[in-house]
Amino acid sequence: MSTVLLIARRELAAYMRTMSGYVIIAVMLFVDGLCFNAFAMAGTAKKSSEVLGDFFFYSSGFTMLCALFLSMRLLAEERQTGTLQLLYSSPVRDWQIVAGKYLSALGFLAIFLFCTLYMPLLVMAYGKVSFGHLLAGYFGLLLVGSLSLAVGTFGSALTRSQVIAAVLTGVMLLVLTVCWLLARVTDRPLTEAITGLAWYIHFKPFEQGLVHLRHVAYFVLVTWACLFAATRVLEARRWR
Amino acid sequence: MIHVEGLTKYYGEHAAIRDLSFNIEKGEVIGFLGLNGAGKSTTLKVLGGAQPHEIRKRIGFLPDVPPLYDEMTVGGYLDFVARLRGVPAASARSHVIEAEKKTSLEAMDEQPISSLSHGYRQRVGVAQALVHKPKLLILDEPTGGLDPVQIVEMRNLIRQLKGEHTVLVSSHILSEISQVCDRLLVIQGGEIVAQGTEDELAKKLGGGGAVELDVRGSAQAALDALQKVEGVTGGQLLRLEGELASLRVDASPELRPALVKALVAANIDVLRVDKAHGRLENIFMKLTGGKAS
Repeated sequence: MSTVLLIARRELAAYMRTMSGYVIIAVMLFVDGLCFNAFAMAGTAKKSSEVLGDFFFYSSGFTMLCALFLSMRLLAEERQTGTLQLLYSSPVRDWQIVAGKYLSALGFLAIFLFCTLYMPLLVMAYGKVSFGHLLAGYFGLLLVGSLSLAVGTFGSALTRSQVIAAVLTGVMLLVLTVCWLLARVTDRPLTEAITGLAWYIHFKPFEQGLVHLRHVAYFVLVTWACLFAATRVLEARRWR
Repeated sequence: MIHVEGLTKYYGEHAAIRDLSFNIEKGEVIGFLGLNGAGKSTTLKVLGGAQPHEIRKRIGFLPDVPPLYDEMTVGGYLDFVARLRGVPAASARSHVIEAEKKTSLEAMDEQPISSLSHGYRQRVGVAQALVHKPKLLILDEPTGGLDPVQIVEMRNLIRQLKGEHTVLVSSHILSEISQVCDRLLVIQGGEIVAQGTEDELAKKLGGGGAVELDVRGSAQAALDALQKVEGVTGGQLLRLEGELASLRVDASPELRPALVKALVAANIDVLRVDKAHGRLENIFMKLTGGKAS
């Protein structure tokens, strides 16, 4: 475990010391804020809880984008610069590398989520919002982020180019986003299975402040599966 | 200490190394020689990176490109590597200081790695390989891209490491490492074509070495006199400028006093006696199938 934390700490420090992390967060915050202002706040006579729901809706998309950009460098950069050799030649297990990298990105993504807090706080100041709704929504955002980062970690493990890693991750996330469209044209047993894969269906209850165990389980399961896949990729590439 | 047997590695259809076998004794400094693409890096990568988990603690590996995190400081980086390789957090700092001392990096402790020159980066690469005091050090082309002064420094560094560590060092330039190595392994086309000390390699190839001489007087008389010395297997005239002649004699360099005596007895002035230059390179070229210079 201490090895995982060691790798995560180094990685987090790398996010802090380089510009790219801040730039990603700043841009995402800016666009998220714009959307909040333009869509969530727009219209008249909305309930505060509706505004908050809309906020979570838009933020989930930007959390996903933010995770995509944050995760693309995780393993691809190590492969590119040759530092993966350092980890390979050290007494570190492959899952520890993946877990350390993933946790650091999750930590940095948490900073992004923390920075979005001003928007619901504004809603709170001018309206009435339950604390539970806020908590549930942010829990949902964290789960979306955790899933996207795991997909990104897997994408990043596949290639040495960060751009290709981002594209691969983007495609995988897109598939997870629109697979309910595919579900509509499939037959009965497949329909449920494919619908069940779409992340938004599992996120929607969080928007309204509901936490269901089965939806939490979905995010945890996909996250775990992606990280497991990334570990296997690292393991297989060790011999190349 | 190390016993490699039948190591083979394929990249697709192409075998980068084929049925490689060798032994390394504890405390030895082994030179791993071969032209670019001969399979050196592949072999070292397998030895350095693809070991069982427990063994990796005892190995320090410098790949052909030093694995450095540019945004870290030298001290921070070495501290990270030391702890990654199992040095307890409390004693990591003292390990770092020691490694920096060995590689003359003390003044660079606070410098970000991105600001370092190539020579310093290479040194940090060596420092990370030895920061956890491994039993075995694997250095892949530590002299690559260094200037002549830095090459001498690197050589001195490797010499210092002798005794404390078993060292496996690779290069494609024989003369750069032959002085510090106890034994040389020459690899060509993924196979070991020769191994032994420099002299053993020279002997195996038939040539016991060569001596170059500058003499004043009759070149033919000098050659005749030299040929009569026991142990001389041949001789040739390299250059003739008026009275001055440059000769090359196929003989072990240990015969130099006898050669001079023979020339003096034949009443010929000796201006210069030397081990033939490029001897090492010639051995190497012959072994690797390149054209002799």
